Amino acid sequence: MTGTAADRSIATPSQTVGPFFEVWLRSHHALGVLAGPETRGERLRLRVVVVDGDGAVVPDCLIEIYQADHDGEYGRESFSGFGRLPTGADGACEFETIRPGAVRSAAGIVQAPHVNVCLFARGLLRHLYTRVYFPDDPHLDADPILALVPPDRKHTLIAAPVGEGASVPRTFERVIRLQGDDETVFFDL
Amino acid sequence: MSISRPAEAGSQPPLSYPAYRSNITRAPSRPLIRVPANFTDLAAPVYGYLPIGAGDTDLTRQHDGDPLGERIVVSGRVADEDGRPVTNTLVEVWQCNAAGRYRHALDDHPAPLDPNFSGAGRTVTDAEGRYRFVTIKPGAYPWRNHPNAWRPAHIHFSLFGSSLRSRLVTQMYFPNDPLFAYDPILQSIPDPRARERLVSAFDLDLTQPEWALGYRFDIVLRGRHSTPFEQRT
Repeated sequence: MTGTAADRSIATPSQTVGPFFEVWLRSHHALGVLAGPETRGERLRLRVVVVDGDGAVVPDCLIEIYQADHDGEYGRESFSGFGRLPTGADGACEFETIRPGAVRSAAGIVQAPHVNVCLFARGLLRHLYTRVYFPDDPHLDADPILALVPPDRKHTLIAAPVGEGASVPRTFERVIRLQGDDETVFFDL
Repeated sequence: MSISRPAEAGSQPPLSYPAYRSNITRAPSRPLIRVPANFTDLAAPVYGYLPIGAGDTDLTRQHDGDPLGERIVVSGRVADEDGRPVTNTLVEVWQCNAAGRYRHALDDHPAPLDPNFSGAGRTVTDAEGRYRFVTIKPGAYPWRNHPNAWRPAHIHFSLFGSSLRSRLVTQMYFPNDPLFAYDPILQSIPDPRARERLVSAFDLDLTQPEWALGYRFDIVLRGRHSTPFEQRT
């Protein structure tokens, strides 16, 4: 290893993804479709929109999502639960996925259905973690992570349904406000 | 509930760093909310483990001809904070060409594109956490952050590691670059020992005679929480 022994435990620092990461995605296939024909669960479209502190949309973000399957299980062979897309000129990207199940830990703690989001962008020296929860879910009130969030900021983590409820698949939109009034809650893992 | 091991103070760039101008309207202003350790050990996504071909690890072999520039070998070991190798993890890289130009529609630096260089590769680490790429040394290039701003030559790296919290996107630099002192992206890291982590080392053992210079770049990822058992009441 480079560095002295005492330095070895220092994690390698993050640096910005920069403006040209599509050089990398072009070769390695951005993933916008998580759900195949065999995937069990309620199909939905998850639209993520990113807005900066001036209220302008952010057209050069990389959004990664990671979620459990219909049963609340991660990383099954049948459903990787991972996707990644760049935002477009409208600051948005849209994933075709399923509604995740509630996630139960070994200790029996239940987390409401949610999608983990990892956001990279030019201007950010390290990526940001946030979550997408779904409105009207019976598990929201007992979710242990939402319980850490001040009541007046919880709404920044909950997606909004788009259009009529009858359309299939349903679309949910989550606006990520990087800064300013109504700033989205970000987590330190 | 236990709290996950925090990053070493000063080892990571801050959220807010106005000397990097595009950070000003993008950095969150509210503090991050710390997530208890028992919710941060979610295993990393399994993605990208397609068969790795020669063209994935040798960026000089992706076109009919050889790219222009100084051919180099970049290799290193990926470990966690306790020194354990991180095996079978995806390592992705991207970079500009030897003239300092990315193959990207928004890169308007008036330097030539190279028809024989795309600038992206990937591999997975072996049983000892090692990876290896062959590429060309990227050029420095200007940007508009401040008057006469130039980025030191760098290769972008992306790694997943073992858990959601080990995700890392970073940049590898080359030793003794005179641009380091003027680069707000590198200088955003408060601890000079941590900045050193991002500077590769010339390595004669990796250097192939009559062929390519070798640079070693070891990477330390944040690990899973190290407490094996948790007290639950």
